[in-house]
Amino acid sequence: MDHKDQQKNQQMHVKQNKWHETWRRLKKNKTAILGLVILIVFVLVAIFADVIAPYDKGIKMDSKNRFANPSFQNLFGTDAYGRDVFTRVIHGTRYSLSIGFFATILSMIFGIPLGAISGYYGGKVDNIIMRLVDILTSIPAIMLSLVVVTVFGASLVNLIIAIFIARIPADVRVVRSAVITLVDQQYIEASRSGGARDLHIIIRHILPNAVGTIIVQSTMNVGQLIIRASGLSFLGLGVPTPAPEWGTLLSEAREYLRSAPHMMIFPGVALILVALSINLLGDGLRDALDPKLKS
Amino acid sequence: MLHAIDGINLKIFKKKTLGVVGESGCGKSTLGRVILRLIDSTGGDIFFNGERITHINKTRLRQMRKRMQLIFQDPYSSIDPRMTVAESISEYMEINRTFHTKSEIVSRTEELMDMVGLSTRFIDSYPHELDGGRRQRIGIARALSVNPEFIVCDEPVSSLDVSIQAQILNLLMDLQDNLGLTYMFITHDLSVVKHISDEIMVMYLGHCVELAKSNELFAHPLHPYSKALLESIPVPDVSMRNKKIDVIRGEISSPINPQPGCRFFPRCQFANEKCRGKDIPLREIEGGHYVACTLFD
Amino acid sequence: MNDELLILKDLEVVYKTDFETVHAVNKINLTIHKGKTLGIVGETGAGKTTTALSILRLLPHTAKYKTGSIFFNDEDLIALPEREMLGIRGDKIAMIFQDPMTSLNPIMTVGSQIAEAILLHNSDMNSQDVQNKVDEVLRLVGISPDRKNDYPHQLSGGMKQRIVIAMALVCEPELLIADEPTTALDVTIQAQVLAMMRDLRDRLGTAMIMITHNLGIVAQICDDVAVMYAGEIIESGTMEEIFSGQNHHPYTTGLFGSLPDLSSLRSRLSPISGLMPDPTNLPEGCSFSPRCPKVMEICYTEKPKEYCFGTHCIKCHLFGS
Repeated sequence: MDHKDQQKNQQMHVKQNKWHETWRRLKKNKTAILGLVILIVFVLVAIFADVIAPYDKGIKMDSKNRFANPSFQNLFGTDAYGRDVFTRVIHGTRYSLSIGFFATILSMIFGIPLGAISGYYGGKVDNIIMRLVDILTSIPAIMLSLVVVTVFGASLVNLIIAIFIARIPADVRVVRSAVITLVDQQYIEASRSGGARDLHIIIRHILPNAVGTIIVQSTMNVGQLIIRASGLSFLGLGVPTPAPEWGTLLSEAREYLRSAPHMMIFPGVALILVALSINLLGDGLRDALDPKLKS
Repeated sequence: MLHAIDGINLKIFKKKTLGVVGESGCGKSTLGRVILRLIDSTGGDIFFNGERITHINKTRLRQMRKRMQLIFQDPYSSIDPRMTVAESISEYMEINRTFHTKSEIVSRTEELMDMVGLSTRFIDSYPHELDGGRRQRIGIARALSVNPEFIVCDEPVSSLDVSIQAQILNLLMDLQDNLGLTYMFITHDLSVVKHISDEIMVMYLGHCVELAKSNELFAHPLHPYSKALLESIPVPDVSMRNKKIDVIRGEISSPINPQPGCRFFPRCQFANEKCRGKDIPLREIEGGHYVACTLFD
Repeated sequence: MNDELLILKDLEVVYKTDFETVHAVNKINLTIHKGKTLGIVGETGAGKTTTALSILRLLPHTAKYKTGSIFFNDEDLIALPEREMLGIRGDKIAMIFQDPMTSLNPIMTVGSQIAEAILLHNSDMNSQDVQNKVDEVLRLVGISPDRKNDYPHQLSGGMKQRIVIAMALVCEPELLIADEPTTALDVTIQAQVLAMMRDLRDRLGTAMIMITHNLGIVAQICDDVAVMYAGEIIESGTMEEIFSGQNHHPYTTGLFGSLPDLSSLRSRLSPISGLMPDPTNLPEGCSFSPRCPKVMEICYTEKPKEYCFGTHCIKCHLFGS
């Protein structure tokens, strides 16, 4: 009994060690921690958006209170329709973060298997997949989104779809190159000599060893996806009004840049902060996961 | 076309060890893998226990995999760095569904670790925490986990320090005695192969140039290349110091599109016209001692 | 006449990282005489490469010279300013490494690499003289001069190593440090390269430090031997003393015992049990005590002194009397 418990403890202890090591290295990186903190703040804001700023205030139009400057009542001022900008920015967090999160996950769901198969089998399969990926890459993201929105209509879901489809090629390429470097390792041959089928090798050996690269690459690109989503909304291809997506807010603020700059500044800064924090965190994560940097 | 191995005929007897010796490009590693069907041959047949395994279907091949195994040269890249010792050793058991319960797997893993002299306190360690010798033991335990009859050892001690080499060689010999294993022992180091082999085959650029019982080869090497190989080994003996060594000249030639004839021709001091033009067959000179050389026609 | 070319006196080198201190070289004493070859034998982790790199001050920045001196022609190399060290490296003391593939620049022809070595220390030589010297040195190592416009990847491992040796010897250094130069080569090529090195050494009168784990190579080419274990020199002496003498450090005996002997019949080998100690956590007393078949009580607590029988020195309590 004791031996088994001891073993279990040892097992957990050793497994924890790897993440512990990574966390310890990450902690040392001040900018990465700063990024993490900012991101956590935004996540909390997104979760408790209703508590912080009730939604109606962001929708209710008040023609008497248009273009109001920031004040105690309206922390970020009001917009062209008298709506409270603070509330809109706060709720906009939900859109940006969920788009970033879901688009990344969906892209990985398609990208990882395609990249793994492409890299593992090579040859014709690789050729076909890579050519399809090339086709997808050659279509500008804007065009792609335009098509999706025109055909399926503008909505949050369609925005996410447009974003992640444009992202798939990058994930496929990253996974494929990670897999290619692993395929020649002797432990793969060893596995095969024990009777392993390809699926076992891919799941048990290739993906776990590639996961570090994948996580880092994806994290670093979430920021880019969020900005792209805002870009599309800015062009009117994103979530329809009155949804307070930051890109939409920026678009609405364009005309009034001189007279009511607060309409653009706050959503703009929020967008920059989110993207920046994710990049800082991603950089730090990459350094922390890479054992070669261990001095 | 790169001729990795050409016209090799060999027999390995049960519970015996065949040593395969040669330098870079001789094809010995390829030979080991072709026999295990990890690489496909382009001609000829392989028989295992009387059964022809050259063109069997995938399912049968997977079953055969349990009976013949490979021990790798590099203990650093032949073990998945993300798997613990226990996971590496039990991988084949998982693949082949040898056991039904987790505890059976664990106890078999511990049994294997004892067999190869690896302390069970390392059962949840990661490879990077262990040295080359211990990692090689993991590889050996893994190979033994399916109860194979035949193991191809591909330079298993070349990457290890001298005193660890001796430990692992002893282990392999003990396992052979205890489990009745048959080995093909591939190496470039003649001194290592002598201890463990019953018979030795010398390869040069894809051809077998000599085949003899271990003691016989060392006592009476016949092929000029075998002689040169033996003489090249630096002997740790002061009295041999000033002895003039007949160093063979030249480099190993390319295995791409070779000319028919003896491949050792460019470097051989006894080379003559008979050596070129057509391939020299392996001929039995006396009981069990074979040579492929025109000097013995 | 003083024929002592290089003297290592109480040299101690450590690697300091955030987490630990690695005791790589622990107070060693070595003397290399002009024109003679010293073999430093030991297994991985014994500290041989660190010793070699420390002579030429090529250690990474994490390494520190804790104590000791390195006297080359009576000058302390540790105290020398870097500018003067540059004049010594390649010119007075040259080094060759194990892997010829990483020692050569893949995008330069071998001829131009040798020429570069020449010009570094003879900046005033005209180009015709440089080319003549390149040809001369190639012939010296047994390579035809018409290969000087080849790139490293067009040459075999043995030839690459010869080029590396040629580059090292081009300025006729007084001392050549060779760190496992033939380990990566096939055994017949190794024999060729060793024969060539021996020949060159005799002709040029270069002193040499040959670092290796192969006792056979030591027997072929060395005059004196030092056996290293866990950063210390536990036995040293002339070739005859180490290979055929009576008294030995138990580790040396163990090393010889682990060697597969070509003259004996198929039998078990007698390896040394266990492993070399962790250099961040060396045992108290003698570093070999955990593995020594002849260990005594005193070995666990007190570090052994060096006991000398003429030129044969052994660091072991067994000989203290």
